[in-house]
Amino acid sequence: MTSVAATPHAGLAAHAPTSFWRKYIFSTDHKIIGIQFLFLSLFFLLLGGVLAMQMRWQLGFPGQAMPGGGILPETMAPGGVILPEYYIQLVTMHGTFMVFFAIMPLLVGVFANFLIPLKLGAHDMAFPRINMASFWFAFLAGSVMLASLFVPEGAARAGWTMYAPLSARPDLSGAGLGMQLWCVSIVLLGLSSILGSLNYITTIINNRAPGMSWFRMPLSVWSLFITAILGLLALPVLSGAAIMLLFDQTIGTHFFNPPAGGQPLLWQHLFWFFGHPEVYILILPAMGMASDIIANGSRKPVFGYHSMVFAIVAIGFLGWLVWGHHMFMSGMNPTLGSSFMISTMVIAVPSAIKTFNWMGTMWRGNLRFHVPMLNAVAFVAMFVIGGLSGIFMAATPVDIHIHDTYFIVAHLHYVLFGGSLFALFGAITYWYPKMFGRLMNERWGKIHFWLTFVLYNLVFFPMHTLGMGGHMRRIYDPTIYDFLKPYQPMNQFISICAFILFAVQAIFALNFVISLFRGPRAPQNPWQDNGLEWTLPNPAPHGNWERVPTVYRGPYEFSSPLVEEDYLPQTRKLPADREPAVLAGGAP
Amino acid sequence: MDWWLPVQASTIAPQIDGMFTAILIITGLAFVIVEGGLVWFAIKYRARPGRKAHYTHGNVKAEYVWTAVPAVVCVGLGLVSNHYWTQIKGRDSVPADAYPIKVHAKQFEWLFTYAGPDNQLGTDDDVPEVRNKLHVPVGRPVVLEEESEDVIHSVFVPAFRLKQDAVPGMQIRAWFIATRPGEYELACAELCGMGHYKMRARVVAESKAEFDAWLAKAAQGDIE
Repeated sequence: MTSVAATPHAGLAAHAPTSFWRKYIFSTDHKIIGIQFLFLSLFFLLLGGVLAMQMRWQLGFPGQAMPGGGILPETMAPGGVILPEYYIQLVTMHGTFMVFFAIMPLLVGVFANFLIPLKLGAHDMAFPRINMASFWFAFLAGSVMLASLFVPEGAARAGWTMYAPLSARPDLSGAGLGMQLWCVSIVLLGLSSILGSLNYITTIINNRAPGMSWFRMPLSVWSLFITAILGLLALPVLSGAAIMLLFDQTIGTHFFNPPAGGQPLLWQHLFWFFGHPEVYILILPAMGMASDIIANGSRKPVFGYHSMVFAIVAIGFLGWLVWGHHMFMSGMNPTLGSSFMISTMVIAVPSAIKTFNWMGTMWRGNLRFHVPMLNAVAFVAMFVIGGLSGIFMAATPVDIHIHDTYFIVAHLHYVLFGGSLFALFGAITYWYPKMFGRLMNERWGKIHFWLTFVLYNLVFFPMHTLGMGGHMRRIYDPTIYDFLKPYQPMNQFISICAFILFAVQAIFALNFVISLFRGPRAPQNPWQDNGLEWTLPNPAPHGNWERVPTVYRGPYEFSSPLVEEDYLPQTRKLPADREPAVLAGGAP
Repeated sequence: MDWWLPVQASTIAPQIDGMFTAILIITGLAFVIVEGGLVWFAIKYRARPGRKAHYTHGNVKAEYVWTAVPAVVCVGLGLVSNHYWTQIKGRDSVPADAYPIKVHAKQFEWLFTYAGPDNQLGTDDDVPEVRNKLHVPVGRPVVLEEESEDVIHSVFVPAFRLKQDAVPGMQIRAWFIATRPGEYELACAELCGMGHYKMRARVVAESKAEFDAWLAKAAQGDIE
């Protein structure tokens, strides 16, 4: 493999930038960019949480002055009492921040950037400067979205789905500039995602180490690969739709505005044609990383690796055929509803395969419940609830009743919070030593996990009952409805649990920050894993490898009978291993 | 507080609730298998010193089973769903003798126009624009002809298991048969602006005689 060592990349560490600006701010190092995304998206996660707390206050204690709400301006909450127009901004911006600026960049911006080169044995991304541009577009998009909270009429207020014509008509929504900034921000974010996706796809296809064949790639990389393809194809649709919406708002076009011949349903079709692949963008990387962590924690190879890969591919493909299930009640032709219902039922199958294979991975394992493992198993347990509750709304007749109720809110939070966010807590803890060279505190990690797990279920499980009772989403004051009055104690209970759940996240935040400075220095391979990234020092240097490693096997050879230890790194050459053909993994 | 679905006040309510219950049983079974399995494995296979995990890459037979069973169940549910869906929402499902009521939605109120004795909308005997009051006769098919003036709204009567968006620029029909006399609430289910939460109407399901009497009074301008 001397040809590999002689590539121009070799010895990159020696050429690492030394100035603070080039090293940490305008960096082209995929690891630094991943960490930049991490801080950016954790900030928005916190902000999204703050907005959610205000919503929960209003729902639990409608019309009462919110503690600390006095600092909000008269246009939002005079005397601390939340106004209806502010409430729907909260609804809109909570969803927007969480989906576009917290979960999506946490999964993709952070971990696609950080993991793909490290797990494939590449020096960096295929296009490091485009990678840097991707982060700065995301930063710009986030700044614009953040700024929209502070414009005089307030932020966007048509829900994160931005249904037209409410979103297209400032005279009907009451928000002009806020809505426009939403559109501009989404276009910028789309640009960021498209650039990032191009980079991830190219890197995975071209920059694998010798021996890293497709079916030796970790499932995290497989899922990020399919996610990147979804992102590359879906985000342009959203960007296009957002530009059309911006034109409707500002220069008098009528794409979505019926009096002049526009079609409100066109927006929904465009939005959900993006939006449903987006749902899988928000869960596939979590599935992949949870697979890595569960194999590690179980000390066993992933059960049915190949079918796990095919399930990811199947979800990625079928994800394009189900968007209409968001529109069963929209007035779309009911015959179309039937076909979307069937395709939605079918997509449950690859999800079921994944779930049973995770269980198969744990079966007869030697389970180490470190903090990442706890969170990854919780991911499976919670994702299953979200997946099963999805069947209720996939069944079109049942959807008639639960559509646009808290049943949907429960479902989506089981997938995005119970699913993605638990996987993320696990993934952040797991790769933290690789990012910062230190370990997070194990005991506080477990305390955070158990408190979050219990409180999370207390907050979101009762929402199923609210939804069954007919409690609508996005309403400012449920108590004005006689049929919802009996549910008020439950709303209060949910709110109180939500406040504690939010407060408990301080444990994670403190653990994260304090460990940066005080955490124990991480050994080179703290989780005794097989992945390529753990053959490097923690944190890994600029350019990662002086000499690209050679890969001899898949990533999940735990408890192999060939070796004494219960793990077998991908790079360890056993006497029987042959050198891979140079072409097998593509050129570095 | 109710822990179950709301009172059933239309013919489709038992059908929808029946499907809900069937899905709850099926998913409940899957829930118990998966969560129970996870807990059982977590306890039984917890790490013990000196033990090594069972080295295996999978089992094709087991994977066939857990691919085929969910596939059959899901497609079966799909077929049952489609049966009811076509009955309830299919374009041709509206009974020919259904009594028509026009629903005109706008920020933030509902205006109901009732067909007069000729059972037809758009004629002189219509009782126009009754604000936020939906009276319906029990036992007779009623078809709502929905339209919207400004943004998307959605007619939602939980007791009837009735939901249908009203979209500007479109005419959308939704039908039901009320079965249980009483007073219910109609809410807007689609975010339609800052007054969305208070866009509600009172629903009164009553006997044919009571309904006719109310309609006659309403025609004179007395809608109480």
